[in-house]
Amino acid sequence: MRNCELRELGRVSYAEGLRLQEQLIAARKTGEAADHLLLLEHPHVITMGRNGQMENLLASDEIMARAGISFYPTDRGGDVTYHGPGQLVGYPILDLRDWKRDVGAYVRGIEQVIIDTLAEFGIEAGRIPKLTGVWVGGRKIAAIGVHLSRWVTSHGFALNVHTGLSYFQYIVPCGLTKPVTSMAQLGVRATLPEVSRILAVHFGRVFDCEMVAETPALASTEREN
Amino acid sequence: MTDVVMPQMGESIVEGTLTKWLKKPGERIERDEPLFEISTDKVDTEIPSPAAGTLAEVLVEEGKTVGINTVVARIDEGGSAAAAPSAPAPAPPAAKAAEPAPAAPPTPAQEVIQPTPAPQQVEDTAPAEPAGPLSPLVRKMARENNVDLNKVKGTGAGGRITRQDMETYMSAKPAAPAPPAPAPSYVAPAAPPSAPAAPAAPLAAGGQAKTRIEPLSQMRVKIAEHMVMSKRTSPHVTTVHRVDMTKVAKMRERNKGLFQQNYGFSLTYLPFVTRAAVVALRQFPLLNASLDNNNIIYHNETNIGIAVALENGLIVPVIRAADEKNVLGLQRSIVDLATRARSRQLKPDEVVGGTFSITNFGSFGSLMGTPVINQPQVAIMGVGTVDKTPVVVDDAIAIRSICHLSLSFDHRLIDGAMADQFMTKVKQVLENWSEEVL
Repeated sequence: MRNCELRELGRVSYAEGLRLQEQLIAARKTGEAADHLLLLEHPHVITMGRNGQMENLLASDEIMARAGISFYPTDRGGDVTYHGPGQLVGYPILDLRDWKRDVGAYVRGIEQVIIDTLAEFGIEAGRIPKLTGVWVGGRKIAAIGVHLSRWVTSHGFALNVHTGLSYFQYIVPCGLTKPVTSMAQLGVRATLPEVSRILAVHFGRVFDCEMVAETPALASTEREN
Repeated sequence: MTDVVMPQMGESIVEGTLTKWLKKPGERIERDEPLFEISTDKVDTEIPSPAAGTLAEVLVEEGKTVGINTVVARIDEGGSAAAAPSAPAPAPPAAKAAEPAPAAPPTPAQEVIQPTPAPQQVEDTAPAEPAGPLSPLVRKMARENNVDLNKVKGTGAGGRITRQDMETYMSAKPAAPAPPAPAPSYVAPAAPPSAPAAPAAPLAAGGQAKTRIEPLSQMRVKIAEHMVMSKRTSPHVTTVHRVDMTKVAKMRERNKGLFQQNYGFSLTYLPFVTRAAVVALRQFPLLNASLDNNNIIYHNETNIGIAVALENGLIVPVIRAADEKNVLGLQRSIVDLATRARSRQLKPDEVVGGTFSITNFGSFGSLMGTPVINQPQVAIMGVGTVDKTPVVVDDAIAIRSICHLSLSFDHRLIDGAMADQFMTKVKQVLENWSEEVL
């Protein structure tokens, strides 16, 4: 079975996250690095996918600056989204040629990992046809946006564990006027490390790889609301 | 000439949107150099050129969606001898995937994460569930505490088992043996040891136990974690101001009866203090902020957490948009939140999103205290008792209603000068109270 290195990084700035991904993508393309799954949390940031519409960003620069939110255009798929404390962000750096050369299967696989993870917490989540992401009763709990270069994946998913949902007011998430939710809003009190552990197990199962942690997981800067 | 086609990105994918050309017609391109980008179902992909040469023509403009294998461009190889095959990008099926690469055994330094049984197996070992809908919370509680739901009496609509039923059942029942833990544990890392695993209490000579060991409740574990985390996160400093509440006391005295009669709840000092805090927060937004690494997050909402003591813990429900409420509205919210907190009827989103908190220990007789900040907020106000006290007013001794208000603040963000200006504003609002409450 392939190995997939699991790295739990705790709180990482968006810029630092991009830098790490770039390094790993380059190393993955040359075969120097194995597949990786980065699990982390970002400070408040709003990012815009390659196909994003500026009108889906509702707040002015000034309001966002006042709320302490930074803004990044990125090269991932999808529209505008918000990341912040209490949200589990996952960046799988996988060479899909070693799994399936199929972006559709990859995105469905990511959804399955999250659906199976949530099931362990007693949350029944599912898909909505044509609306990529993971949904609970018409509310979006996890967003997905992926970039692919020579079949090497980057960017990934963001699962709202106990995210401050009020921050989503600054955007139309993914350009969809559908509400968002979080595990906390659904009555599940879990911390990011707890969710990470379970998610890593399902990730290994869905993507047929052995999850190995090279370094002991760093203590995350978990905060309670 | 080599045709460049929209590649097939997966079995179920029949089309793709051309989002960006990375080369212009006439530009030179190398084989495998990224030529354009496509978007399919939230995935953006860079497509490398299948051949080296000059980009002769672009047939599909940016933003257009076309079916797979549609020719999107042509590359002129400029008569170069070795005409590259017009393989659809990305790279043709390589042998790489087919080769069963021998999986290297993990080195001893690597920690292998053990797969856990699939959720279905968990279901199999769990006790059978009664018919009828069960909330995720009840399921979770049952699973964590190894409760057979058939034995729990449901008092909700249609005999449905509520959270309260679970709590009643579990408190009546002696601690259950630890479940066989088929699923990964997601309770707090500091989970209490289950009763049988707890060390036996040392026995005194007469066989009488000297100590009794009881596992912490989940709520207690969470409170403990939060308190330690808060003290570790924020350097706490507390400042205390003495406030003359005589005007407020008179206003309250005058309106108490009518208030009770009109609205069905009594009028306390707390909504006055809350109102004064909101006014002061508007003037000093730094106290309504959070700290995130090197950023200050100013909250545009003023959501006031009100600490409510429960039988075996405490909870801080939040008055949303407290700046939009007068004393009546604040009192109504406080009564409503406190009542529902005690009957455990709060919704999860009613205990999050606070931007500043107030704790009223005066109702328990405390003169003043040094409260712990409710993270990630940066300040919390404590309200002491309101007592008739002899004080010096204009060089004469007078009897006034005196209250001590304390403010614990995060010294990383707030300095004493600002904290005291804030408290001076609170004091000024309360001592000069003029707003009618009815």
